[in-house]
Amino acid sequence: MNGVHDMGGIDGFGKVEAEPNEPTFHETWEGRVIAMVRAIGTNGGINLDMQRFSREILPPQVYLTSSYYQKWFLALEQSMIARGMIGADEVEAGHSLHENPPLKRGTFTMKDVERVTTRGSFRREPRLAPAFAVGKRVRTKNINPVTHTRLPRYARGRSGTIERINGCHVFPDTNAREQGENPQWLYTVVFSGHDLWGDDADPTLQVSIEAFEPYLEPV
Amino acid sequence: MEHDRHDDHASELSDMQLRTRALETILLEKGYIEPAAIDVLIETYEKKIGPRNGAQVVAKAWVDSKFRQWLFEDGTAAIATLGFGGRSGNHLVALENTPAVHNMTVCTLCSCYPWAVLGLPPLWYKSAPYRSRAVADPRGVLKDFGVDLPKDTEIRVWDSTAELRYLVVPMRPAGTEGWSEEKLADLVTRDSMIGTGFPKNPGDAS
Amino acid sequence: MNGAADMGGMHGFGPVVPEKNEPVFHADWEGHSFALNMVTGVANLWNIDAFRFKRESLPPPEYLNLSYYGLWTRTLELMMLEYGVATPEELKTGHAIAPFKKAERAITAAECDNMVRCARPFSREATEPAKFKAGDKVRAKNMHPRHHTRLPRYARGHVGEVVRIVGCHVFPDSHASNRDEDPHWLYTVRFDGRDLWGPDGDPTSTVSVDAWEPYLEKL
Repeated sequence: MNGVHDMGGIDGFGKVEAEPNEPTFHETWEGRVIAMVRAIGTNGGINLDMQRFSREILPPQVYLTSSYYQKWFLALEQSMIARGMIGADEVEAGHSLHENPPLKRGTFTMKDVERVTTRGSFRREPRLAPAFAVGKRVRTKNINPVTHTRLPRYARGRSGTIERINGCHVFPDTNAREQGENPQWLYTVVFSGHDLWGDDADPTLQVSIEAFEPYLEPV
Repeated sequence: MEHDRHDDHASELSDMQLRTRALETILLEKGYIEPAAIDVLIETYEKKIGPRNGAQVVAKAWVDSKFRQWLFEDGTAAIATLGFGGRSGNHLVALENTPAVHNMTVCTLCSCYPWAVLGLPPLWYKSAPYRSRAVADPRGVLKDFGVDLPKDTEIRVWDSTAELRYLVVPMRPAGTEGWSEEKLADLVTRDSMIGTGFPKNPGDAS
Repeated sequence: MNGAADMGGMHGFGPVVPEKNEPVFHADWEGHSFALNMVTGVANLWNIDAFRFKRESLPPPEYLNLSYYGLWTRTLELMMLEYGVATPEELKTGHAIAPFKKAERAITAAECDNMVRCARPFSREATEPAKFKAGDKVRAKNMHPRHHTRLPRYARGHVGEVVRIVGCHVFPDSHASNRDEDPHWLYTVRFDGRDLWGPDGDPTSTVSVDAWEPYLEKL
């Protein structure tokens, strides 16, 4: 979707401000949020692409004014309510008020902890040959889906070159809609700064993205 | 979240009140404005200039074919003869709705709007939902207004990126033969002149 | 600039919600905010393009969180600071603090009454012939200036048709930054919905923008 999260090329956000000796978590609750997201995600059947989309659909003002882990928290809360895992009334009350169906993979236990701390692979066996070879000129499609995609706006409708073929991977666009893994070839596509930003771009700039095959067409 | 939003709105209200008053006081104290000047401006746009102006333009176009032709050729000049013009009123362009083509206007970048004929724009016109969706999904936006356009009607969206201001001239409702301009003007809604609605029908309650 | 104001084509803002019998101003201060902006325009303290640029330069979280007239008041504060009409302390206290420079003259109520009737056209004498004519196919440049522009992101790089030559007008891109009017030819350019939004775009929709000549290139 063309949400506020799609920030590539946007002006007005100010300087990058690095914090010296930044802790992993600024508050304890942040750590607990990330743990809950992993646990509910994996055992509750909310895959990574669905998780990302749930953050993207936070109202724009909320998205932009919430801290990083605040967004994770809000998106988790919304996802669980939407899937009937918890009730809005329970969130308000701060404790369980009624029965809810069990998680798809059951209660998240210590046995599951090891499983989730090593990130699973999204690579899959290819079924067809890749459409594009290294060195080929391609154009990114001008797609504007309202659902999840990993093709940023600044890179749509632009011509670039296939730099590397990265194997076949779970396709986020369909996986986020729970319409299957639908694995697609994944390419590193490189653009010149001029291709992306026009005549005034830095002439020494090159930008690459990881583009799934459905995002591309031959030039 | 509901009560947070209300509180935020209430506190923004008093915050904005104070800040606006601060600006006005400073400008008055420094002699930039005469006290009554602000009141005159508020009065003009709150009470005097509004969609009724545009409705008169449309009604005249419905009955007077020469005016209609002139309106589409040179909107600014034609509309000026009715006494409407002024700030943001220059370069008015009238857009003709036909059975084949439906026009809709927006300013995605801010809130440009034909003040001289429609007054100040409503909140929804200036809102993020309208500005973001009108150019990409005009039929979806029309659905938000309860308007269903025939599938094969062309929708032309006009993004006011320069100092041109657009006025949609909707189609004249059936069953209004022989009506006076004044009576016809009563049928012309503001939304129909933006393109997010249609004029009232003779039978509709006002 | 690619700021928060450039919203065409964005997702996530929800439905359009018209308010029944919406008043012109929801609170008195809104009317005052509006009037102050008009008056500072008459007083020629700054031009409308500079004002728009200042507004769209607000950091996106701030831009999206303010109400419409909240934006006007906020922008007015920043303009008054930048143009030396007020100091930060004066804004804080809400009063002029001596010593200050008195205005050359006060805008009168009669002038305000008159202003709403008089046209202040932005058209200027042309010094060169127009490059394009009605019917020409043109491409909107893929430009990403940091300064003010009126070419929205969604139109950049796309091919459209000139449907009207509007005339020679003050050029906002220049006028906003340095008070130089720099007039250029202005055209109404129409784009096809499918060109703008991709193959899933509404085939019955077109979008027109009013584009200055420097935004366009011959196909």
